[in-house]
Amino acid sequence: MEPVDIGLWGVPLAILGGAIRVSTPFIFVSLGECLTERSGRINLGLEGTLVFGAMSGYAVAYETGNPFIGVLAAALAGACFGLLHGWICKFKGVNDIAVGIAMMLFGMGLAFFFGKPYIQPQAPDLPAISFGFWSDIPQVQAALQVNVLFIAGGILAVAMAWMFRSTRVGLTVRVVGDSTDAARAMGLNPDRVRLLSTAAGGALAGIGGAYLSLYYPGSWTEGISSGQGLMAIALVIFARWNPINCFWAALLFGGAGALGPALQSVGVSEGYYLFFAAPYVLTLVLLIMTSSPDRALQGAPLELSLTK
Amino acid sequence: MKYEHDNGAISVEALNMTMKFGAFTALDEVSISIPAGSFHALLGENGAGKSTLVKCMMGFYHATDGELLVAGKQARMTDPKVAQTLGLGMVYQHFTLVPSLTAAENLVISRTDTPALIDWRRERTALDAFMAKMPFSVPLDQPVSRLAAGEKQKLEILKQLYLGNRFLILDEPTSVLTPSEADEVLGHVRALTRAGEITVLMITHKFREVSAFADDVSILRRGKYVGGGAVADLSIDEMSRAMMGEAPVVSERTRKGTQGQPLMTLHGLRTADRTGLKDIQIDDVTLHSGEILGIAGISGNGQMELMEILTGQRRIRSGTITVNGTAYGATRAEARAHAIRYLPEEPLRNACAPRMSVAENLAFRMFDIGKDGTHVFWKDNRAIAGNATTLIDAFKVKTSSPAAPIASLSGGNVQRAVLGRELTGDVKALIVSNPCFGLDFAAVSAIRDRLIEARNQGTAILLISEDLDEIMELSDRILVMSEGRIAFETPIATADVAQIGQHMAGHG
Repeated sequence: MEPVDIGLWGVPLAILGGAIRVSTPFIFVSLGECLTERSGRINLGLEGTLVFGAMSGYAVAYETGNPFIGVLAAALAGACFGLLHGWICKFKGVNDIAVGIAMMLFGMGLAFFFGKPYIQPQAPDLPAISFGFWSDIPQVQAALQVNVLFIAGGILAVAMAWMFRSTRVGLTVRVVGDSTDAARAMGLNPDRVRLLSTAAGGALAGIGGAYLSLYYPGSWTEGISSGQGLMAIALVIFARWNPINCFWAALLFGGAGALGPALQSVGVSEGYYLFFAAPYVLTLVLLIMTSSPDRALQGAPLELSLTK
Repeated sequence: MKYEHDNGAISVEALNMTMKFGAFTALDEVSISIPAGSFHALLGENGAGKSTLVKCMMGFYHATDGELLVAGKQARMTDPKVAQTLGLGMVYQHFTLVPSLTAAENLVISRTDTPALIDWRRERTALDAFMAKMPFSVPLDQPVSRLAAGEKQKLEILKQLYLGNRFLILDEPTSVLTPSEADEVLGHVRALTRAGEITVLMITHKFREVSAFADDVSILRRGKYVGGGAVADLSIDEMSRAMMGEAPVVSERTRKGTQGQPLMTLHGLRTADRTGLKDIQIDDVTLHSGEILGIAGISGNGQMELMEILTGQRRIRSGTITVNGTAYGATRAEARAHAIRYLPEEPLRNACAPRMSVAENLAFRMFDIGKDGTHVFWKDNRAIAGNATTLIDAFKVKTSSPAAPIASLSGGNVQRAVLGRELTGDVKALIVSNPCFGLDFAAVSAIRDRLIEARNQGTAILLISEDLDEIMELSDRILVMSEGRIAFETPIATADVAQIGQHMAGHG
């Protein structure tokens, strides 16, 4: 189909499509981090988990020919990284932030080591669902090609919010994240809850990684991540540890990330690299604007080393 | 003795409980018996062994020797869970509610049989039915962090009843409450014991509460049982003598007449409180030299923010602080120029570098100025050592050596050391927050003597305290803070505890 000239309407349309495409890994990583942080621990290693998830997901999808098995493998690998992080943090005097940074470098190094043979071959992509069938304009159709993981992420955000409110597991995670003493007094084992939360968070980050290599950009390279795993942590703070807010914040970040390519598509080439920096600038601006020297952070889990 | 009451209360007896930590005997053959449906008070100074005893009863410690009988049957307290299954519950001095969860969520998650999926509609119906049977209630849908201290304490007690516990240990349950809140909560608790619903063991050091509410009392001193019996048979004097050993020497603090010159004025201060949701508004407060201006109030009503404003840690949106007629922003240079000093609460955390030595901590006010009052580059170790020796002697700081880290000192000694540091030289004003919190009798007395002495020499003292007794004892003039405002002012001569308590609770 020939592209129809729709003028400047192309920009918001490209941003919308881009937002959906770019935000998906943010959704998964930030939901994972949200879960981990609500249990009172911070996992800075998710960037490494994301890259390893991208590699393992791609590799397994290539070997089996099924992208969903790849996603599953990435989740499993992510859970292993989370378990390792949680297990190390259990020991007395271990700082979760330092462990996270080590885990990040470890995950990336390991992914590059095992990923060498998979840089060339082409693995099958994840499917997408077209919501643009009602329109004749190819740009609309392209923008409304929604990948399955984005939809899964949206459902997951709602499910997680419901879990925190109405399930024993959710309340347990919140208790542990807010007060270790209260949790102990209730006979809960805070270390185990945090271990499992970190593992689940790692699994979600792994899925986020698999999306990168199996959908967009859709191949495994060593430069596949542009810091999504790290920015998701800032995003969780901006979303005030609320899963639904995490979803919207991820969409906002995705939109900012799509700004550069969208403007490029309508011929704006000046300051092109500056627009690519938009998500990072947005991270900084939002964190500064939503913080205050005069009051404590609202909604922060009280056991988080970040806010103590 | 009554082992079980028809309405559920159970008895508990401790026989010859002994607890040794290495060579130190924290608890020495203590026996107490608490019949079903009675209200028993456990009195003692800090370190008398009260906490050790109840922790042994609850299974947090494994007693070295001794037996525990619950409802007449021997119980092996190997684990806090055993206590829970036997119906023993404890309300801690520090709240164990989860701050960001609502009251309803706190109650439901504390149960052992919380379902995996919580049907909130059904739980709410059950909770409302439970609340209807209770003598007092709390708002269920508010996050616990928004509840007042009294409501939290009530919720802690409700939680134990909700869990089905029939023997409650209350650890200083009124330390964060106003006198009227304390009376209300304890009144309800006593009604529950009278009805035979629960048996209560209350740890306390307030004689007033013992004589007003308890049936029996046991007194511990240095890990030993030193007296007790029915409260009706004991006078406060007898109880106090048993608790302290020989009657403590109450120093006769004399107040000299002083000339009160206005020193510091706060005018129209506005700022956000620490949640950012409410405002702190201080309209007009003047601190005079040679007076102690007490600021009473329940914790969380803006005292912490006021302290932060005065120490320069919190920005003000509008308003002025003037000292001797000039604007004051609490910088180190201004504080030094006007000789204004501070003693924040928990000084080990807020006014010390815990791992630095006692000598270094004592030098914080002088290490960077030379003999002629100008800034110096090199530190003078001899002057620092001399300063430390002088202050350690003058303020009777017990430390193994001036080189010991200040964190190794006991609370009372840290407090004396910091007070000594802040009171050296010609101090014009001292701003103090909860100076005696958590200290034992002797340490409290020493700190209060020093404050009165400084006042007599003409220092202006602003005393922010949650302890109303302390305010009443030391102040020349009292302000009450409630909801971030000064709600009430009275000179000490006409001060009335009941009236102040009402203003503290916000019913002026």
